[in-house]
This record gives sequence, C-alpha cells and structure tokens, in this order.
Amino acid sequence: MFPLGIEPYLVGGIIIGVGVALIYLLTGLHATQSSFFTTTLSWFSKRKHFQKETNIKQRGWRVTLALGLIIGALIYTLTLSPTGFWVTTVQLWRLALGGLLVGFGTRLSSGCTSGHGISGLASLSKTSVVAVIVFMGVAIITANIVQLLGGLT
Amino acid sequence: MNKTNLVVLFGGILFGFGLAYSGMTKQEIVLSFLQLQDLGLIFVLGGAALVTALGINVLARFLKKPAFGEQYKPRTRILSWKTIVGAIIFGVGWGISGQCPGSAMASLGTGNYMVLIGIATMFIGAYLRGLLDS
Repeated sequence: MFPLGIEPYLVGGIIIGVGVALIYLLTGLHATQSSFFTTTLSWFSKRKHFQKETNIKQRGWRVTLALGLIIGALIYTLTLSPTGFWVTTVQLWRLALGGLLVGFGTRLSSGCTSGHGISGLASLSKTSVVAVIVFMGVAIITANIVQLLGGLT
Repeated sequence: MNKTNLVVLFGGILFGFGLAYSGMTKQEIVLSFLQLQDLGLIFVLGGAALVTALGINVLARFLKKPAFGEQYKPRTRILSWKTIVGAIIFGVGWGISGQCPGSAMASLGTGNYMVLIGIATMFIGAYLRGLLDS
C-alpha cells in the first residue's frame, strides 16, 4: 500500500496546504492551477471565452503562481532531493495525448486536482466532491487499462 | 511587484516545494497511485485539503478580511453536465499520463523538460475548450 512510506506524502501535502491557505488568507485568492491556461491564452486569443473580464484580471497573478510552482520545485531539487534533477520515462505520446485531455477536461469541468481537489474540497463544495470522485475513478480505471495494454513505465 | 503578487509567489513556492517533496512532480509516482500500487497520493491531497480547509473555514473567520484583498469567498461552482463530462475527460488524460496542471508545472523545476510537451498540449486543450464555447 505504501512502499515509500507515508511521511513524504503527508508532509508534502501539509506544505502545499500551508502555501494555498497563506495565499487565501492574505489575498482572498484561490491558488488553483488549470485556470492558468485560459487566463494566459487571453494574451493571444481575441475570442470572447478568453477575453472575459475575470480572465484579464487574473492573468498576472496566475503567471506568478505558475512561476512560484517551478521555483519551489527547483529549490527542493537543489536542496533536499536525494536524486537531484530528473526526467520522466513516460512515453511521449502519453504525455502529449494526456496533456491535451487534461487541458480540455479541466477547463470544461472548471477545476483540476488543485481547483476541485484542494480548494474545492476545502471550501466544502459539493460540486467539487462529485468532480474529484469522477476524475479520480476514471483516472484509476484508465491507468489500469493502459497498464494492461502494456504501455508502461 | 505588488503585495498580492509577492504573496502569491511565496505561497506558490511553498506549493511547488510541497509537490516536489511529496513526489507528485514524478509522473511515475502519480501513475503508481492510479494503478493502486502506492496509495500515498491520498495523503498529499488529504493533507493539503485539510490544511486549506482550516484556513478557509476557521482562520478566515477570525481575520474577517484579507490584508491584500477584498473579501473571503470559498470556492464553489455550480454542478452541471460540464463538471461531470470535463472530469471524465480530465480523468482519462490524468490516467494516461500521470500529469495534472499544477504538478506538471512544478515538474519543470525538477528538470523534467519532457513535461513541456504535456504543458503545450494542455494549452491546446484549453484553447479547444474555448473554441467550443460560443
């Protein structure tokens, strides 16, 4: 069940929660990630979907949040990480196709693992409870099918 | 940089550090959860949601108003077919690749340049969703 132990997962999760809660308590903003794609596209597409006022208003701090995620993971890699820099061995087609579905699906669903998963559940949102159960269930089924088909890591 | 962005940057750094610390920046570890071999991800999501819930539902009540913002508003969304169909499509993508938006972004900081492919296609996916919204 827990070949790597529970400590890294629980401690990491608490650090994530402290970051998200800190942002909310000081600014009132929900530090969620999938909106980043839509708000960033507002710089490049004139379509109404991207030019909504909320997108324009949020696009600046959402880029900052994305930068923060990268810097935070970089700091970990340079300090505590036992393995240092690292590159995935998951096949290119899986990264590409998976990313496409993740981008489309999270935006249609208005949330991802951070939006529905962390901030939504923490906000006691019933919609997010449903979304998390659905995407986690579907992901578990999908990952097991891919494994059965032999396309593996 | 204004105060809001400074807070977001600092909180984002903690967020990214926690994602890397918990191994969520490694698609292989996320996939091992989804294949039910290592259930640790539950503790990452649970731990993060619990601490955030404490902030949203308890601490925010004491503070009343954010120091660098207008008001506290929990994150709620209306449940519709879009929530469900979107979550199904997201779930397939997550199950195929082990990538989700936040962990993919943080993964760049661990030197995982391959995930740039996933981030690029996430942008395309988000753009296609915009094309369908007329």
